[in-house]
Amino acid sequence: MRFYEHEAKDLLARHGVPLPQRRVALTPEDAATATSDLGGPVVLKSQVLSGGRMKAGGVRFADTPEEAAEAAEAILAIEINGLQPMGVLVEERGEVEQEYYAAVTWDAAVRRPVVIFSDMGGIDIEEVAEQHPEHLSRTHLSNLRPFSDFEAKLAVSRTGVTGNELNRLSRIVGALVQVFLAYDLTLAEINPIGRLAGGAFVALDSHVDMEEEARGTHARLLAGLGIPDEDTRQARPPTEFEIAGAQVDAADTRGVAGRVVEFGGNLGLIIGAGGGSLTLFDAVRGAGGDPANYCEIGGNPSVAKAAALTKLVMSKPGVEKIAVMMNVVSNTRVDIMARGVIKGVIEAGRDPAEAIAIFRIPGSWEDEGVKILERYGVEYVDRSVSMHEAAQRAVEKAAAGTGGG
Amino acid sequence: MSILIDADSTFIIQGITGREAVTMTRELLDYGARVVGGVTPGRKGRDVHGVPVEDTVRALTERMQVDGSIVAVPPAFAADAVLEAIEAGVKLIVVVTERIPRAQVARAIEYASQEGARIIGPNCLGVISPGKSKMGGIGGAADSTRRAFVPGVVGVMSRSGGMTTEIANALSEAGLGVSTAVSIGGDAMIGSTYAELMPLFEADEQTQGIAIYSEPGGPMEAQLAAHMAEHGSRLPVVAFMAGRFMDEMPGMRFGHAGTIVEGRADTTADKIARLEAAGIAVAERIEEIPALLRERIEGAD
Repeated sequence: MRFYEHEAKDLLARHGVPLPQRRVALTPEDAATATSDLGGPVVLKSQVLSGGRMKAGGVRFADTPEEAAEAAEAILAIEINGLQPMGVLVEERGEVEQEYYAAVTWDAAVRRPVVIFSDMGGIDIEEVAEQHPEHLSRTHLSNLRPFSDFEAKLAVSRTGVTGNELNRLSRIVGALVQVFLAYDLTLAEINPIGRLAGGAFVALDSHVDMEEEARGTHARLLAGLGIPDEDTRQARPPTEFEIAGAQVDAADTRGVAGRVVEFGGNLGLIIGAGGGSLTLFDAVRGAGGDPANYCEIGGNPSVAKAAALTKLVMSKPGVEKIAVMMNVVSNTRVDIMARGVIKGVIEAGRDPAEAIAIFRIPGSWEDEGVKILERYGVEYVDRSVSMHEAAQRAVEKAAAGTGGG
Repeated sequence: MSILIDADSTFIIQGITGREAVTMTRELLDYGARVVGGVTPGRKGRDVHGVPVEDTVRALTERMQVDGSIVAVPPAFAADAVLEAIEAGVKLIVVVTERIPRAQVARAIEYASQEGARIIGPNCLGVISPGKSKMGGIGGAADSTRRAFVPGVVGVMSRSGGMTTEIANALSEAGLGVSTAVSIGGDAMIGSTYAELMPLFEADEQTQGIAIYSEPGGPMEAQLAAHMAEHGSRLPVVAFMAGRFMDEMPGMRFGHAGTIVEGRADTTADKIARLEAAGIAVAERIEEIPALLRERIEGAD
């Protein structure tokens, strides 16, 4: 889960990282007021969950409140990589003499946190790694021994930085590590750290990502930063359909009906589980199908949960048919799934024999499930028919249904 | 032979009195697995389907041989349970629990490697050596398990528990069968990756080929490709890559926690290119896996 720059900076400020004076502005008028409050030249930056702001025109300079209002107006109108800015960060602007890079992230290969530091900040760090490896250090931390400040010093020193700079930068890097470890972050990056003309060091830009699964653990921090629970920080905000899907899952603790994502097609999908859904979604698209949704059924959902999800998908405009498919399951009961989807289809006012294009859930209580499906005339296949074949069959039936009006 | 577990392996279940663990215990015993004890703090003296329950792992390891432990405790206590098992000298730990914070998993993995123990998972269904034993919920009830997992020659490694069974079932129906299948876990950070398990399969005479199930996210496929390029292998490897649609939708979350795409190297397109460059065949459909493996196994003879 990515933080906006201003949230990342608020987090760093709490841990003693020096930062420029700053204000968040939601309108050009706010930006003008912020600029006169800050009382000098400012930089205005788009608050958007994407990189590439500079190139897109999302970063501008202003010397007066009037200029700031104009800049903010321009920035707020620019969508970056398909994302709208939530506002503009107005920051005092000083003369920067040198830029540095600092980040802490997981090195997934060795499964330890790694501190990355460079005295060539402000540019693409991958490029520094390739072209100037001597200007970049990688320092792995222990998961067992607590972090100690010398490790930050080591990271900075390895790039050849010494003197007063070493000590001041080490303090910033040490604080960055503390933030990374304290909040289950997957990335804590400052790029660049600027050394200003007066000799002060400040974090000029920051990118922070928190492990999605840790949101609950850090609910208080997130509330303090003004990030509401329903702010998913996905590439786009959730649709009404997706919010309804999440409610279906939350209403009943038995089993999972998760990650309901809306798509624009005509074939409803009741699919599972985690890996099975990824496979089946590819299979439907590979067969030329046009999914109306994505979802992940898992564990052992109740009849009510399976029914509620089915009803939701069936009631989506344009959905004439659904495909009910999973990989060979270990603990999901086939009869309960059969009962649930049939109930959901009937509650949506449709005929299960017509609406369910295919049912493929091989697993326990399969014979009981088959009896229920047969009673309602639903086409089912067992494990001798592959996931891709089942998806193909569903796509053909959905196409035929549309063709027949 | 097989890897990780065989018919003689003894193991315990931490969190054995939980609802799903009780069901799993029944399924494991029915399958013939040697579940010798269970741990739930405060429940000493009880039994679950005849398996004695203790308060601590040490209470069991002090009086019997314990080769492995299945950790099936809630996420807030799971990492602690893993540390307890390692400290008590258990060498194989299967972590079923999902949603354990990454930093806690990393700590447990580092401690395990220091003590010479191995972690499978977290967020996995465990390990099965068909016809011998299984460790975890993999395959479900004993009869379903026997149907999907027929003893044979293919080692399976999968980031999805359910797809482990789907692939094993396809291999079993095709007559190739499975030597050992490992549900390695769906999280971003897991104890045993494909590349780390390859040497075990290499050393196993029963195994003649490898099938893997892959997803977007993480460096595991790239690591396997690098391992194959560097060390080669007597075993042909066939991979299946799910979640190809995710390449078109950066920033959206689908599937397991580990599918999070943090860079271009995490996409399926990049992974497929790396796997193929390392000589690994990438199947378009699950049902292609047995034939691709068969022609490579026979070609190698």
